Amino acid sequence: MANPLRSEGEAFRFLLAALVYFGAIAIAGVINAWAGLVVFIVLTIVAGWWWWRSREPARPRQVGAGRPTAPDETRILVIANETVGGAPLLDKIKQLASASDDTTMVHVVSPALNSPLRHLASDEDKARGAAQERLDNSLGKLREEGIEASGEVGDGDPLQAIEDALRTFGADQIVISTHPEGRSNWLERGLVTQARERFAVPVDHVVVDLGER
Amino acid sequence: MFLFIASEIMLFGSFFTIYFFVRVSAGTPWPTPPYELPVFVAGMNTIILVTSSFTMHWALQAIKRGNRTGLQAGLTLTFLLGLTFLLTQILEYSRIGFAPYTNAFGSVFFGLTGLHGAHVFVGLTLLAFATIRSFRGHYTEEEHHGVEIPGIYWHFVDVMWIVVYTTVYIL
Repeated sequence: MANPLRSEGEAFRFLLAALVYFGAIAIAGVINAWAGLVVFIVLTIVAGWWWWRSREPARPRQVGAGRPTAPDETRILVIANETVGGAPLLDKIKQLASASDDTTMVHVVSPALNSPLRHLASDEDKARGAAQERLDNSLGKLREEGIEASGEVGDGDPLQAIEDALRTFGADQIVISTHPEGRSNWLERGLVTQARERFAVPVDHVVVDLGER
Repeated sequence: MFLFIASEIMLFGSFFTIYFFVRVSAGTPWPTPPYELPVFVAGMNTIILVTSSFTMHWALQAIKRGNRTGLQAGLTLTFLLGLTFLLTQILEYSRIGFAPYTNAFGSVFFGLTGLHGAHVFVGLTLLAFATIRSFRGHYTEEEHHGVEIPGIYWHFVDVMWIVVYTTVYIL
């Protein structure tokens, strides 16, 4: 369910909607109790219908790089989970890093994948621990390749993890690493397509087949 | 944030459950005679609180455009309007003619409005910090999280008051 109080702007619009909803019920209720009940039922149905419609995937807003990057700096944001240490991903990062004379900064985000039940119960310690382990492994491999990188464990939802990272890191390029088609939950969910629609930053997709290693 | 909002809704929800239970099970008019609720004063207070949400929104929009004066003015106005709301509510309590221990109606009334008043107090504390920081030169077009979070909280407090005012005072 979408949280209507995610940003101040959304909270303000929610307030205006509440004002209209309760204002109409109060006015009708003062005129006649039954009229108040009818308005309450009608507006509740309309609100429920609107909420149901809004659950349908709409074209999301474009999120920018988050903060301006220095002119002589290239920032690469890498989103990867189990494939985080895969050779194609490391090659891609090296290729991007050597493409220009700019200082390259790499930031790796490893989403803390969790079961829905554990997520609802805010029981994320185990998932975050596993993600941290994968991240440490990945940062170690990048350092072995001579690439200095920072990293963080991100939200379990990879899109949210990218958005969170963009707010603090900013990026000129996003690299999403997944398993091959058919074995990747992220691809099945259309993560790469959604990321390209949602973020105003170029998105590269790298397929890592761990079976080939 | 989602869990916080959910816990707040459950908290207010439990108070509203008591309110509806008392109101339905008592079988007497609401408010219980001979007491009356100051609907007009509370209505004015509602307008004050809703206005404060507009000034809060203005403050954040101002800093997003790099307008520091707008941010400072918006936050100061929001704080003053919120303070006016709280002081008016305290004044209303002193003149209302019944107390929390008078009967179930009194307990429910003071419980619900007091719970909301406590939230307004917390919101005012957050706004005070944000206002002071704005005058000390904090916040920029890019970095204004310290205004955004109190703003979300303040709008939430306003929404809860609209529910309280509609159900307790009007219906």
